[in-house]
Amino acid sequence: MVLRTALHVVALLVLPPLLLGVINRVKSIFGGRRGPPLLQPYLDLAKLLRKGAVYSRTTTWVFRAGPVIGLAATASAGLLLSMGGAPAPIAFAGDFVLFAYLLGLGRFFTALAALDTGSSFEGMGAAREVTFASLAEPALFLCLLVLARATGSLSLSGMLGPDLDAAWSSAAPGLLLAAIGLFVVALAECSRIPVDDPNTHLELTMIHEVMVLDHGGPDLALILYGAAMKLFLFGALLSRLVLGHGAGALASEALFLLGVLAFAVAVGVVESVMARLRIVRVPQLLVGASVLSAFALVLLLR
Amino acid sequence: MARTTTASAGQGPAPRASDVLETWNGEPVDARAVPVHEPARFKEIVLAAHRGGGRLAALFGREDGEGGVLVTAVLADDPEGRLALLATRAADAFPSIAAELPAAQAFERELAEQWGLRPEGHPWLKPLRFEPPRREAPDPFGRADPRATLPGEYPFFRVEGEEVHEVAVGPVHAGIIEPGHFRFQCHGERVFHLEIVLGYQHRGVERLLRGGPDRRSMALAESIAGDTAVGHGLAYAKAIESLSGMAPTARAMSLRGIGLELERVANHVGDLGALAGDVGFLPTASYCGALRAEYLNAVAEICGNRFGRSLVCPGGVKHDLDAEAARALAARVRAAWEKTRRAASLMFESPSVRARFEGTGTVPTALAQELGMVGPAARASGVDRDVRRDHAFGIYRFSHVAVTTAENGDVLARALMRLLESERSVEFVLDQLERLPGGPSRAAPGPLAPGALVVSMVEGWRGEIAHVAVTDAQGRLGAYKVKDPSFHNWFGLAMALRDGQISDFPLCNKSFNLSYAGHDL
Repeated sequence: MVLRTALHVVALLVLPPLLLGVINRVKSIFGGRRGPPLLQPYLDLAKLLRKGAVYSRTTTWVFRAGPVIGLAATASAGLLLSMGGAPAPIAFAGDFVLFAYLLGLGRFFTALAALDTGSSFEGMGAAREVTFASLAEPALFLCLLVLARATGSLSLSGMLGPDLDAAWSSAAPGLLLAAIGLFVVALAECSRIPVDDPNTHLELTMIHEVMVLDHGGPDLALILYGAAMKLFLFGALLSRLVLGHGAGALASEALFLLGVLAFAVAVGVVESVMARLRIVRVPQLLVGASVLSAFALVLLLR
Repeated sequence: MARTTTASAGQGPAPRASDVLETWNGEPVDARAVPVHEPARFKEIVLAAHRGGGRLAALFGREDGEGGVLVTAVLADDPEGRLALLATRAADAFPSIAAELPAAQAFERELAEQWGLRPEGHPWLKPLRFEPPRREAPDPFGRADPRATLPGEYPFFRVEGEEVHEVAVGPVHAGIIEPGHFRFQCHGERVFHLEIVLGYQHRGVERLLRGGPDRRSMALAESIAGDTAVGHGLAYAKAIESLSGMAPTARAMSLRGIGLELERVANHVGDLGALAGDVGFLPTASYCGALRAEYLNAVAEICGNRFGRSLVCPGGVKHDLDAEAARALAARVRAAWEKTRRAASLMFESPSVRARFEGTGTVPTALAQELGMVGPAARASGVDRDVRRDHAFGIYRFSHVAVTTAENGDVLARALMRLLESERSVEFVLDQLERLPGGPSRAAPGPLAPGALVVSMVEGWRGEIAHVAVTDAQGRLGAYKVKDPSFHNWFGLAMALRDGQISDFPLCNKSFNLSYAGHDL
């Protein structure tokens, strides 16, 4: 058990950039290009970590604290998440609330750091980010409630534990709807297309990227690493929710990894075949995800 | 209707045929034969012509030799394919037309900036490109030293209010694009007003062309806007040929048409890819980006330069194609177009892209008319206007290109225009390559006629390019006026954003893809 827990911590720390590499590869293939190497995100992070940082004189400690708190919050959230069916390193009743708000804390400090620069772009980005986050939050909670109801547990480790596999046989439609809702939330939370475009250079259309325009060097590395980790967390959540677990620990772990990679491929496919939504349409998408999850909950409660 | 009545109330005698000098695209006239009117009468005639469907194609000043400025207007009658010239003399001020005819606003700001002429009653009197004045006169903008001002040094229009915020973008941008400054007055995500400041690219092209033609002139004309080298080069070459009384050979005309259309296709296809990229639609973005290079390479096969430089020269074309090369070129273009069609339909058939494009950055027909917009941007708004048909020149007098228009005036319409026009252009190029006329492709132009004026118009890929050349008594270029289509259309972009979303700006901007260099000269 200890070994599996240790493995999860290692996976949480090591795998996230790989997901970005997989997404980029899928997008490249759809675009008829060869694309950058799969491990390029690791090299990018290493490059950024070796650089120095430049800080504007108009910024305060909040600006420097933003990336650190952002990454720390995401990593802590990762410790609450059970992966591949094994219990998480930290588990207690109601830890899913902490999970959601650790992600919220990271976002809060990223937005605060953006506002700290006083730039009109970053203020605009922060306004967009928190607007959309406030709409994504109900959807996330509704999805987690569906899991809680289906498994009868209030801890993420229980919600994603062996009971979940049993729940699929009795409450499949509700769980499926929740999984779709969660996927939409994942796209919004991780600023992927159709909500945000991580590759754009157009300041006026960005949401997440524009908030971190003034960060450079190691700070930017922390932000990118944190964003990748967030993607990994949602991938882990969805992988466990959709694929269930195999017979035996080894099969479970393999299935889990496969699921996370499949999640990255799915994100890549969505990004390749869809255009970005107009920003005024994003709330409709998120409200749609909430409605879907609410419906899932109704199905379970009846 | 009410407006027409007020405008015509209290006006002088109706314009007569003798009030203007009629000419057409590329037809030189005696510069002294252009009728010179009193400023008030000049304004009346221009407005009356405008009400009769005429369009202001150019309005420019030049020295009248007596310390004053001769302001000449070029009015285009598109359905009839005629141009009308008239002039007025001004010393320090003239009555502005811009309030009644918004299409004149940029021209009048240019006159104020270049010649120190104050347009009385101009609703938006601000410097246009912050260039140094061409004559000693008090600054109409009230600046202490016009030579010392930098672009953007002026009072911006501001919206006041607790919740209103201002966003300034540029002149240094995140992408590799030209410099320009955009100032948005926003309420949340909604744009109340967009003010565009240009002038960072001013190089003094018109001044450099004066005193020509010399060995540099052709290269200068081609560098007015780097992506329209064939368009501006052709307008210049046409002006020189007209002034020297020669016509290019049929083969030269055909090769020029091929160059001009390939330039159009390359830019349109590149822009389709860029539009896809802006909304994050990857397949079309990467395919069209690569396919643009196919068309650029096709241009390079003719003249050795991917951007069509040194293709056109006064008297014809510098590079000829043998039959074998023409066949290879046709095959290359045909293959590239087949791929382009598929890449573009991928985008136009994707519901998420259409939803993103539709209704974004709308310019209604009436507004496009009022602003005097030209080119694909105007045609997307339902303004049926194309120099290749209306003021046919060169090969277009013999081979017609169908003009397509759309109605909505949104990003989708402008994107569709790009696709449909490219299709027509490819057909035209393949047709020309199949039956290239024989004979020489170049002849030497003679000396220029002294004291002559010619308006040379070309439909570049952005729209109507108009060059006006006036020769002095020695047959040198005494005045040279360049008008890039962007000159009209920049204001259209500003209006397209009104009441729109600030996040839609990059997409709108890309759908117009206007030239900074062409505007700033």
